[in-house]
Amino acid sequence: MTFAVGRTFLFEAHMTSIILLSVFGILNLFLGFLRSNKVLLPGAMLLLLAVFGANYADWNAEHAPYFNNMLVVDNYTVAFTGIVLLTTIVLLPFSRSYVVAGEQNLAEYYALLLFSLVGAIMMVGYDHLLMLFVGIEILSVCMYVLAGSRKRDSRSNEAALKYFLMGAFATGILLFGIALLYGATGTFALSQLATAIATPANASLQPMLYIGILMMIIGIGFKVSAAPFHFWTPDVYEGTPTFFTAFMSTVVKTAGFGAFLKLLAVALPAAQGFWMPTIQAMCALTLLLGNVGAAAQTSTKRMLAYSSVSHAGYLLIGLVASKGNLTGDAANGIFFYSLAYSIATIAAFGVVKLVVDHRQRDDYAGLNGLGRTNPLLAFVMTVAMLSLAGIPLTGGFFGKFFLLAAAGREFIGLVVFAVIMSMVGLYYYLRPLIAMYLRPAEPDATPVPVDGIQKVTLAFLALLTIVLGIAPGFLSGIL
Amino acid sequence: MLTAVLLFLPLAAALLLLLNKGATARALALGASLLEFGLAAYAAIAFKTTGSASFNLDYAWIPSAGINFHVGMDGLSLLLVLLTTFLVPLILLSAFKHDYDNPSAFYALVLFMQTGLLGVFTSLDAFLFYFFWEVALIPIYFLAGAWGGERRVAVTLKFFLYTVVGSLLMLAGFVYLYLQTGPAAGSLAAHSSELSAFYNLKLSAAEQSWLFWLIFAAFAVKMPIFPFHTWQPDTYTESPAPATMLLSGIMLKMGIYGTMRWLLPVVPLGVSQWSKLVIILSVIGIIYGAIIAIRQRDVKRLIAYSSLSHVGLMAAGVFSLTSIGLQGATIQMLAHGVNVVGMFFIADAIERRTGTRYIPDLGGLTRRTPILSVCFLVMLLSTVALPLTGGFVGEFLLLAGVYQYNAWVGAVAGLTIIFSAVYLLRMFQRVMLGPDSSFSETITDLTGGELLILVPLIALVFWLGLFPNSFMSISEPAVTSLLTQVGR
Repeated sequence: MTFAVGRTFLFEAHMTSIILLSVFGILNLFLGFLRSNKVLLPGAMLLLLAVFGANYADWNAEHAPYFNNMLVVDNYTVAFTGIVLLTTIVLLPFSRSYVVAGEQNLAEYYALLLFSLVGAIMMVGYDHLLMLFVGIEILSVCMYVLAGSRKRDSRSNEAALKYFLMGAFATGILLFGIALLYGATGTFALSQLATAIATPANASLQPMLYIGILMMIIGIGFKVSAAPFHFWTPDVYEGTPTFFTAFMSTVVKTAGFGAFLKLLAVALPAAQGFWMPTIQAMCALTLLLGNVGAAAQTSTKRMLAYSSVSHAGYLLIGLVASKGNLTGDAANGIFFYSLAYSIATIAAFGVVKLVVDHRQRDDYAGLNGLGRTNPLLAFVMTVAMLSLAGIPLTGGFFGKFFLLAAAGREFIGLVVFAVIMSMVGLYYYLRPLIAMYLRPAEPDATPVPVDGIQKVTLAFLALLTIVLGIAPGFLSGIL
Repeated sequence: MLTAVLLFLPLAAALLLLLNKGATARALALGASLLEFGLAAYAAIAFKTTGSASFNLDYAWIPSAGINFHVGMDGLSLLLVLLTTFLVPLILLSAFKHDYDNPSAFYALVLFMQTGLLGVFTSLDAFLFYFFWEVALIPIYFLAGAWGGERRVAVTLKFFLYTVVGSLLMLAGFVYLYLQTGPAAGSLAAHSSELSAFYNLKLSAAEQSWLFWLIFAAFAVKMPIFPFHTWQPDTYTESPAPATMLLSGIMLKMGIYGTMRWLLPVVPLGVSQWSKLVIILSVIGIIYGAIIAIRQRDVKRLIAYSSLSHVGLMAAGVFSLTSIGLQGATIQMLAHGVNVVGMFFIADAIERRTGTRYIPDLGGLTRRTPILSVCFLVMLLSTVALPLTGGFVGEFLLLAGVYQYNAWVGAVAGLTIIFSAVYLLRMFQRVMLGPDSSFSETITDLTGGELLILVPLIALVFWLGLFPNSFMSISEPAVTSLLTQVGR
């Protein structure tokens, strides 16, 4: 009974995750006054777990949109919110090095992460273009700050400046696109946009509409690092502290694709004839540049950056295959792929961060002999690489399979191209494995120190990847 | 249910192994593999010989995509399951002879691979098949890579890329077939990747023509067939002996089996269009492998090329699309599995004693090693296909099949027997007989433990040679029903 009362009082809105995250973010700032980093990490994890639970409770809780139809919390929103929350929860343990080093601004970092999650949730829950813009801005501004969080490191500063300049430019284009769309249709609401585009009132406004759509695609394409708007990715990823790089390449991408799919599927299905070839071209280009770029890298971190570009390419196949449908096989494929990709990426970045912190080098040779010195780290990295490469037994395989099978019926050319590109992917995902297992460590190599909670998290990530690769049934087809 | 137990018992044992060390790990690995063989033997006894699969298990694995966990065994599968479960304990025993670093992981990977291999031989769903196909690859990559010789990094990378590219092409073919099942529109759940659903597809000859190469790519690389073989000799040579035995004894059969089950009946029109080319490639492989084998000075490499030559004959027999050719391929898969494992084991035994497998360094070993010589000779003569041995039955049937297809091709393929006599007997003469070498006086004969491995192999060689019908009768209905699907 009390629960029911509490629910009506506080949880009435069902936007619990947004509310809780905002409140907890502020709470975290106050926790910072304690000057005790030891409390912060478990505190932030617990808060996020609570939000995850609250988000889970929203599953199937169909509810009318909020704020004059600006925000919806339907299963689509809940599913993608679940991914970004889970990703952040499993990411947090890798901030242990900040705790140990006595980082003064840790509370602010956590608060910024929580706030940026609010932005991410708004990006997948928007029903109104302004909400999309606000969401993207909340997320991006937090990320600009975090990219430059290592204040005395010139590379971190460079990354932040690059990210900010490029990001601000892209945001401007996005906003311009929204404005043009509004000019052409007279509305910001997704469903009204769809009607207005399907039955244009004034044919002379069509060019304005298409330019608007193109600008929006460019703006979001930048955020998810889809080619040809991906050039910032490797540099920013490399300079940003690894902990936040992992966040960027998972949460930002998942939220970006959640927003992208929703935009195309709900607002622009009638303009399919226009955006379909555009997205197809971007998809092919992203796959090509991402994979070929990754194959040329010698630094594990830069390889992961290019690999994140290539995964944007696979996800774009999902957008093509969705053909403006928010619930079908393609949407499910995007959901599953984002989840599998996020988990594997966090695991990979987690291992890379631990190894780089200890061995002070981020090329492949830095991983040499890890199979001998740290069997757990090497195993987790192996699972992550196999998953990213799309080898069976891992979630990444089914992610690719669902997307390619959904696209296969009509876009066979794109599927064949993606398969060829994933062969290129095998080459560079195998290189860390070769370093870890087939090459000996430096004679004076010591085991990389790993905390208990990091061990548990890494094992959990590997296990989850394998579970997704063996029994994907429980999450495939839920949308 | 029995099939599921067969599949997951080695996996469970592999996981347990990671928690154990030393003698316990050995006992656990060996015990699990013997239990597995016992189960397979029980399956063989309980097996009712029909054209369709027994011991079925059909579980809705991914309902949202119409994919089922469907496994079962017909006669053909059963024979390969028997071969796998028979060889794995022996391979493990041979691994015990070595002092590998981190032995528990080594044994665990062998058992893990067994799950993959058995899965390949029992899957009745295309995605499950592909799934196990790759599951079998991952452990062998690490076995060959982490415990291999000096050039292992480059060699295993080549092996991995070759096989994965092949299997990705197969996957693309399967996805295409899968999307042809069920209604043209609608969700993935309406499609099916069942083997039977693939058999029922009626695709045009043009589609089957390119689908043939997509699917065959994986099998051609795995066997391997000329010109997809370039990974093979290096990988066989650089891998540790047990991994070489797994590769040549069992993994190679995945390619032949896959062709018989997943290629011939699925794209019969494509097969009839391309079979001539494949047979020509196979025959080229037979001659090519044999000629290169003659020139080899490394025992292991010589056996690798000999295996290349023999697998060519198996492929030619399969693509002859005759009952006798397919039956011959089935028997030869068993015989070749036994022979090649025996040969590699003996090569390994000699290398462990002398520290070399370089033929010119060896010679005159037979005086001190009468038992080793006899065992070597038996394995060798079976590989040469001397009557009374398993190799004879297999190659005879295969040649009869190829001869039925075309007498001239049969005649050329028949050279394999002459060639293999040349290079194998020459090797035997130079290693075991011939002028004395520095090892002639010091080398020791086989130990009891080593005989424990060779005696079952030799027994099977003669069983296959003397009573082939006890195996052929199991596979015959399966082969007949496959050929009915192909339309022959």
